[in-house]
Amino acid sequence: MSDIVLQLQDIETCYGKIVALRGINLVVKKGQIVALLGANGAGKSTTLRTISGLVKSSAGKIMFLGNDITRSPAHETVRNGLIHVPEGRRIFKGMTVQENLDLGSFTLKDDGVRKKRMERVFGLFPILEKRRKQDAGLLSGGEQQMLAMGRALMNEPKLLLLDEPSMGLAPFLVQEIMRVIRQLNASGATILLVEQNAKAALKLAHYGYVLETGKIVMENDGNSLQNDARIVNAYLGN
Amino acid sequence: MTTDTLVSRTTGILGLIETHQKTLLVLFLAILIGIPAYANNYVLEVLANTWFYVILCLGLNIVVGYAGLLDLGYAAFFAVGAYTTGILTSRFGFNFWLTIPVAMAFATLAGVIIGGPTLRLRSDYLAIVTLGFGEIVRIAARNLKITGGASGLIGIDRPHFFGTELNQISHYYFVFLALALLAIFASYRLQHSRLGRAWQYVREDEDAAEAMGINRVAIKLYAYIIGAVFAGIAGCFYAAKMTAISPETFTFSQSILILLGVVFGGMGKIPGVVCGAGALVLFPEVFRGIGSMRLLVFAVVMLLVMLYRPQGIWPAQKS
Repeated sequence: MSDIVLQLQDIETCYGKIVALRGINLVVKKGQIVALLGANGAGKSTTLRTISGLVKSSAGKIMFLGNDITRSPAHETVRNGLIHVPEGRRIFKGMTVQENLDLGSFTLKDDGVRKKRMERVFGLFPILEKRRKQDAGLLSGGEQQMLAMGRALMNEPKLLLLDEPSMGLAPFLVQEIMRVIRQLNASGATILLVEQNAKAALKLAHYGYVLETGKIVMENDGNSLQNDARIVNAYLGN
Repeated sequence: MTTDTLVSRTTGILGLIETHQKTLLVLFLAILIGIPAYANNYVLEVLANTWFYVILCLGLNIVVGYAGLLDLGYAAFFAVGAYTTGILTSRFGFNFWLTIPVAMAFATLAGVIIGGPTLRLRSDYLAIVTLGFGEIVRIAARNLKITGGASGLIGIDRPHFFGTELNQISHYYFVFLALALLAIFASYRLQHSRLGRAWQYVREDEDAAEAMGINRVAIKLYAYIIGAVFAGIAGCFYAAKMTAISPETFTFSQSILILLGVVFGGMGKIPGVVCGAGALVLFPEVFRGIGSMRLLVFAVVMLLVMLYRPQGIWPAQKS
C-alpha cells in the first residue's frame, strides 16, 4: 500500500455542463512510468489538470503520498512534489533559458540548492547549459520540451505529470525525449505520461491506461497493452 | 546628414549617457532641487503636478504593467487617500502625518475589496468591474454626509514639517518630488524582487506559473494592494496641497488619464511611465497658446503613438 504515489478514485470533472471525466480510477506506484493513452478529446489532459489542481473535480478523491489533495490548489500540490508539465510546453518566450529554469524553483528560497538542481538539469540536458542566456523563444521544439522538463525538475518532483512531451517533434527528437524520460525514471522519478504517440509511450511504460470519452476502458502492464489486438488496431496501426 | 551618420551619432550619445549614468543622474537631481530657487509659481505648480502624476502612474503601472491587470477605476484609490486625510483632519482634528498610515490601511482594504472577488475574472470583465468600482467610490463620496457630498471637503489642515507649515507651492514641489523618487525606487525594487518575477510569470502565462507553484490569486492581490497604497499616499498629500477636495476630482476620466500616462510611456517600464506622466501634465501646459485646440492635438498625438508605437514611447530593454 505504501508504494502507491498517486491514486484517483471515481474522479469526475466537468467544464460547465460538459462532463469530461466520468469516474476515473487510476493508480501510480513508486518508481513506475504509467502511460495514459487515448484519442483526442478522450480526457487525458483533463485528467492531468485535475490531478495538479488546475481544474477542480466535481466528484471523487485524489490521494497523493497518502494525503487527500482533491481540493488543493495547483500551487500547493507543487510544494508537495507533484509537478505538471503542461501540454504545449508553455515555456516563457522573451525570457532566457535560465530565467525559465528559475521559475521551476520558485518555491525554493535557498540559492545553493537552486544551483545544485540547475547543475543536475544541465547534466541531463547539456544543450540547455549552452543556451542558458538565450531567449527561450528561439529554441527549437525539442529544446523547448527539454526546457519544460528541466523547469519541472528544478522542483525535485516526487511525481512528474508529462502532457504530450512528443507533440510536434521530429521522430529522432521523440526518441531523444523518450530516452530522457527513461533516464529520469531510472534516477528515481515516478512519471505519469500522457501520450498520443502510443507506440513510443508503451515502450517505456510499466503500466498503461486507455481512456475513451472520459472513461478508462482498458488497463494492463505495458507489454501486454503493446501486444493487445485492440490497442494495436486502434492506436498503433499495423 | 545621411541616416547612417545620424544613427551612429545617436548611438554615440546613448553610449555617452550610459558610461556617465551616475554623474548625469546626480546632475539631473541637482537641477530638480535647484529649480524652486529660480522658477516662478506657475512653473512650480506644473512641475509639482507632474511629480504627482508620476506617483499615480507608477502605482497603476504595478497593476497594469507588472501584473497585467486592466484597471479602469484607479482614481478610486487616490480618492480613498484624499478623503481619509480630508475627513480625519477637518472633522476629527487629526494631525496630517497620522492620517497617512490610516489612509494606507484603507487603501489596502480597498485593494482587497476590489481585488478579492474580481481576480478570477479575465481582462475585459475585470476592466468593467474596476470601472464600476471607481464610479461607486465617487458616487458614494458625492452622497455621503461625512465626505461633504457634492461640494466636498474644505479646510483640510496643512501639514507641518519640523515646525514649518507646508503652505508654499515650493514646499509641495519638494514633497511630491521626494514621493516620486520614492515611488521610482520602490517600483525598481519591486520589479526586481521575487514578487516582481512572479508578476512577470503570471502575466505571461497564468496556468504555467500556477503549475510551477505560484499562487496567482495572492500575487495579483498584492499588485492591487501595492498599487492602491501608492495612490492612497499620493491622495493624502494631494488633499493637504489643495486643502479642499470634491468628488469631481476622482472621475472616470481621471482614471483614464492615469492609465493613458502608463500606456503612452510604456507599460512596465519605469522611465517610460515617468515620461508618460510628464507628457500628461506638460503637453496641455506647453500648448496652452493654441487654446482649446490643445486637447484635440493632445488626443491626436496619443492616437498616433498608439497606432505607430503601441508598446509606448520608451524603447524596449536591451537583452
